[in-house]
Amino acid sequence: MAKHHIAAVVNGDPVEFLCEPGDTLLDVLRDALGLTGTKEGCSTGDCGACSVTVDGRLVCACLMLGVEAAGTSIGTIEGMANGEELHPLQRKFLEHAALQCGICTPGFLVAAKSLLERSPDPTETEVRYWLAGNLCRCTGYDKIVRAVLDAAAEMRGA
Amino acid sequence: MRYEAPNTLDQAVALLAAELGEARVLAGGTDLLVQMRTDVIDPVLLVDIKGIAETRQIREEAGGFRIGAAVTGAELKEYPRLGSVWPGVVEAANLIGSTQIQGRATMGGNLCNGSPAADSVPALIAAGARASIVGPQGRRDVAVEDVMLAPRKLSLAKGEIVASFLLPAKPPRTGDAYLRFIPRTEMDIAVVGCGICLTLDARGACTAARVSLGAVAERPLLVAEAARVLTGNEALPVLLQKLDAAARAACRPIDDKRGTKDYRIKVAGVLARRAAQIAYQRARES
Amino acid sequence: MQEKVKDAPSSQFKWVGTRAVRPDGVDKVTGRARFGADLAMPGQLVGKVLRSPHPHARIRAIDVSAAANLPGVKAVVTRDDFKDQPSEFIPAGEMMINYRDVVRNVMAREKALYEGHPIAAVAATSTSIAKQALKLIKVDYEVLPHVIDVVDAMQPGAPLLHEDMITAGVEPAPKTPSNVAKRVEFGHGDVAAGFAQAEIIVERAFTTKPVHQGYIEPHACVASVSEDGQADVWVTTQGHWIVRAHCARLLGWDVGKVRVTAAEIGGGFGGKTVVYLEPLALALSKKARRPVKMVMTREEVFRASGPTSGAHVHVKIGARKDGRIVAGEAELKYQAGAFAGSPVQPGAMCAFAPYDLENVKVVGYDVVTNRPKVAAYRAPGGPISEFAVESVIDEIARKLGMDPIALRLKNAAKQGTRAAYGPKFGPIGFVETLEAAKAHAHWRTPLQKNQGRGVASGFWFNIGGETSVSLQLNEDGTLSLTAGTPDIGGLRASLCMMAAEELGVDLDRIRVQIGDTGQLGYNFLTGGSRATFSSGMATVEAAREVIKEACKRAAKLWELPEDAVEYMSGGVRPAGANAGKHAPMTLSDIAGIAGKTGGPIAGYARINAHGAAPSFATHIADVEIDPETGKATVVRYTAIQDAGRAIHPSYVEGQYQGGVAQGIGWALNEEYIYGPDGRLQNPGFLDYRVPVASDLPMIDTVIVEVPNPRHPYGVRGVGETPIVPPMAAIANALADATGVRFTDLPMSPPKVLAALDEARAAGTAKM
Repeated sequence: MAKHHIAAVVNGDPVEFLCEPGDTLLDVLRDALGLTGTKEGCSTGDCGACSVTVDGRLVCACLMLGVEAAGTSIGTIEGMANGEELHPLQRKFLEHAALQCGICTPGFLVAAKSLLERSPDPTETEVRYWLAGNLCRCTGYDKIVRAVLDAAAEMRGA
Repeated sequence: MRYEAPNTLDQAVALLAAELGEARVLAGGTDLLVQMRTDVIDPVLLVDIKGIAETRQIREEAGGFRIGAAVTGAELKEYPRLGSVWPGVVEAANLIGSTQIQGRATMGGNLCNGSPAADSVPALIAAGARASIVGPQGRRDVAVEDVMLAPRKLSLAKGEIVASFLLPAKPPRTGDAYLRFIPRTEMDIAVVGCGICLTLDARGACTAARVSLGAVAERPLLVAEAARVLTGNEALPVLLQKLDAAARAACRPIDDKRGTKDYRIKVAGVLARRAAQIAYQRARES
Repeated sequence: MQEKVKDAPSSQFKWVGTRAVRPDGVDKVTGRARFGADLAMPGQLVGKVLRSPHPHARIRAIDVSAAANLPGVKAVVTRDDFKDQPSEFIPAGEMMINYRDVVRNVMAREKALYEGHPIAAVAATSTSIAKQALKLIKVDYEVLPHVIDVVDAMQPGAPLLHEDMITAGVEPAPKTPSNVAKRVEFGHGDVAAGFAQAEIIVERAFTTKPVHQGYIEPHACVASVSEDGQADVWVTTQGHWIVRAHCARLLGWDVGKVRVTAAEIGGGFGGKTVVYLEPLALALSKKARRPVKMVMTREEVFRASGPTSGAHVHVKIGARKDGRIVAGEAELKYQAGAFAGSPVQPGAMCAFAPYDLENVKVVGYDVVTNRPKVAAYRAPGGPISEFAVESVIDEIARKLGMDPIALRLKNAAKQGTRAAYGPKFGPIGFVETLEAAKAHAHWRTPLQKNQGRGVASGFWFNIGGETSVSLQLNEDGTLSLTAGTPDIGGLRASLCMMAAEELGVDLDRIRVQIGDTGQLGYNFLTGGSRATFSSGMATVEAAREVIKEACKRAAKLWELPEDAVEYMSGGVRPAGANAGKHAPMTLSDIAGIAGKTGGPIAGYARINAHGAAPSFATHIADVEIDPETGKATVVRYTAIQDAGRAIHPSYVEGQYQGGVAQGIGWALNEEYIYGPDGRLQNPGFLDYRVPVASDLPMIDTVIVEVPNPRHPYGVRGVGETPIVPPMAAIANALADATGVRFTDLPMSPPKVLAALDEARAAGTAKM
């Protein structure tokens, strides 16, 4: 099985990797590129633990092939903090205790960041529906939703 | 497995037509990759059509819209004129899966996945959309309701690809709506779906209607009787009750893990009434 | 809105009761934290499992030769690679285990007992080769009739899973085998005499479906066995000492040769307290002489791990007109899955635990069926029996026209009450949760159209158990804390806070880790709501040992008797008559003189933590029903629970909220759906419908604090009780809104609509 040679940008850095045609972007990120912050919870697009952005668009990395990533710009949890400075969402998740086990957290953060880029002042309902594809089994979502709303307020300077 | 990403429909058609083993068209991949992952299918060739211009564009054409088969739900939402003219279609497409799924999932894939529960299909049928299909014999236009035959069975010949949909020019005083029922608020497959498009005369009476039901038969249905009752002369509450009955009468569902026959039939009537009310409202306001 | 009742006692503390940022937090928001599937070892192989497609089949032969000869395949294991184990039940926290069954569950022997039962495992150089190898394994099955439902499994003539299963707990012992593994009975008094005094009796049958723990992280491990037999396992687990014990036993290796490291764990809820992949990965690694990584797919998680029991429950309660309960009786039939060991015993013990009853009797049956063996799930057994009892209590209150909280207050267990399962309660906070519910604004807020309100209470025991913690004073005065109970929801934060409180140092002076099995003495697992209780108790003991040693070292330096030195706010000073004789020394100063005064300073607590105390809860749920589709939506929810003391209130609230969310899923949509072929039809998050963010409202919490006198900070343990009340609270709210009593979980839209339509036809529906 011939492997494809793919060039893309991940978190601003140019990367190249080899992948089989059936490898998903999630396989590539975790196994070929060692970016294990993106989690595998179901591999069927139902849990959102593998949320990443591709050319600014929020997607499940398990539902995209590595070969489809050629020439794209990918954003993962590893690229969210700015150097030593956590993204406001990351900080608010910590302050609000919006994580327990933490396995869903990278997916939630990437998804929430994507929301706030489009909708800086979301309602609670908007947050809940935008994040409906991210499953959390620990928190009941309460503190996650509060953290996102609080981060949004801070980012708006409210 | 081979992966090909041609730039023209002709190349894509040639690849699919020439492959002797199982070949699949890859659009958004949100159903295809799951089926590959869970070993439901094991294709030897994937033809990614996202590099083909027609499949990725929304264009205004003949007073309506030509929508590429590989345009994602998120992109449909971001084309405001489409949503203001055919809100039911856009809402239906936007109900498919999560925000993440919306970033990839397409109406072409939703139709060609061959599920009777596909959300965008009843809405496209109600709107009178036509699929533009390209294959070894050239191009043909087919009403969306004639594309799917049964679960996983389409009326496409080997090598044929759904390239785009044409949503027609919308007549005056016309409104469409789509509603589905799921047990949760998101992330489920429709237990029942209902798309309705209706046109009113100047006095507000319904002169034409199309009613389509999903997940209540082996394929999405265009229910002529339900449309006919809506054009009757009775008061709205009576029309809605008749619509409810007509919708229920058209159902021939199965019992499965997502719902019982009885339940699907009852809810089909409920959704038809509710969708019709939204469509009425939109027709009055349009 | 989050409330805390009795906040005052916590205010004496600097750290305990605050909302500090967790020490493992930054790693978890940056993607740096390493979970079970995140480790890659050099040269590692991929391990995959061949699973039975049949719910019940005799395995006549397994031919692995073609798979073993496939290039890239480095090892294949089957039942032949694991020696049989004798049958004996060993207590394992809240559940019992029998190694005869454990060895058969990790790898089928005589028979495949459920769809998904492992038949063989391979290790290969890539996933695709491993998957190809599985297809080359030839298994000769004799397909047998299967049984899925618990009541069917108890019928004479039902297909037998284990031909030698004689029901335990029945005198005289039955002469013929059955699928009933065990009968248990609890209670006291005379229920017949009690019912004779009753002025109202309500009797109902309930059914619940198996539900999965639904942790988002699938089971995963990496195992490496060296040529000299030293083995390492990296694994997502709630108890790495348990993994070590099971693996050593199943493989016949010395415990000391096996070192297990707990990865960050992506949720467990009881489901990661047993072994599935680990013994297979070790056996494969030993054969292949290379590390082997195994990760379950989500489908495998559903088909072959967890869930908890489905059940059939019959409850009868009698009361006087004033609401005093005079007798309670229940019969519980719990599915164990393929092997004995459902949580029917704790379920039976919990059923009436919140109430002070003179006459009570509960009988339970542990029943095997052709389903995956159940694993513990948050308060194992309790939610099922308490759902039934709390529903019947609500019905009695409605029929008597009594406020359901008042009825519960009238019958509530208090300190000194003899529990239905035997012992007398110490100080407990059940009444306080009921009073807090009565006083809560939620209880008085008017409902909207198509809405109903329900209240229900819940109980869980909580446990202690074997625990080791070490605390080292580093040479600069900072501290290194090592605990052995995996941290699933903020444990490390709580332990640091208790250590900082004891030592009077700042939180950031302490770095905490979860040690591997080579670093500490035995630790029982994180389960039974024991981690903050037990590891907290051990942490306090270790800190006090450090304090004692610090005093001793200063005394040596100052040439004073040890008891002439006292420890205050992060340092030592001469006390009593010697006060002021020497300048106080900080912990950093003490660390600096450690070498010359006797060597390194550390505390090391090795305890069997006793004195765990139960936690009671009362929940209020508002539910709105769509009268035309039967869809129920929880629109408001308040969870009130006695924490003993909340060390970190945010993570206590998080436990309440998470338990409620799981309970709402259990109540409304989650279920294992089997076809007539005995195969699971919904092994994925698409059709196994856990609540998503848009399904739920904010979940209000009230932390009641009635301290546990047996814990240095009053901790009870809070993790499990929150999943107990939601099913009944929601059923009671549905009854309030519709006039219909729902007794079958889940209360999914088709069931609700069918029941509503039936009640409408009978004229008994309220909507």
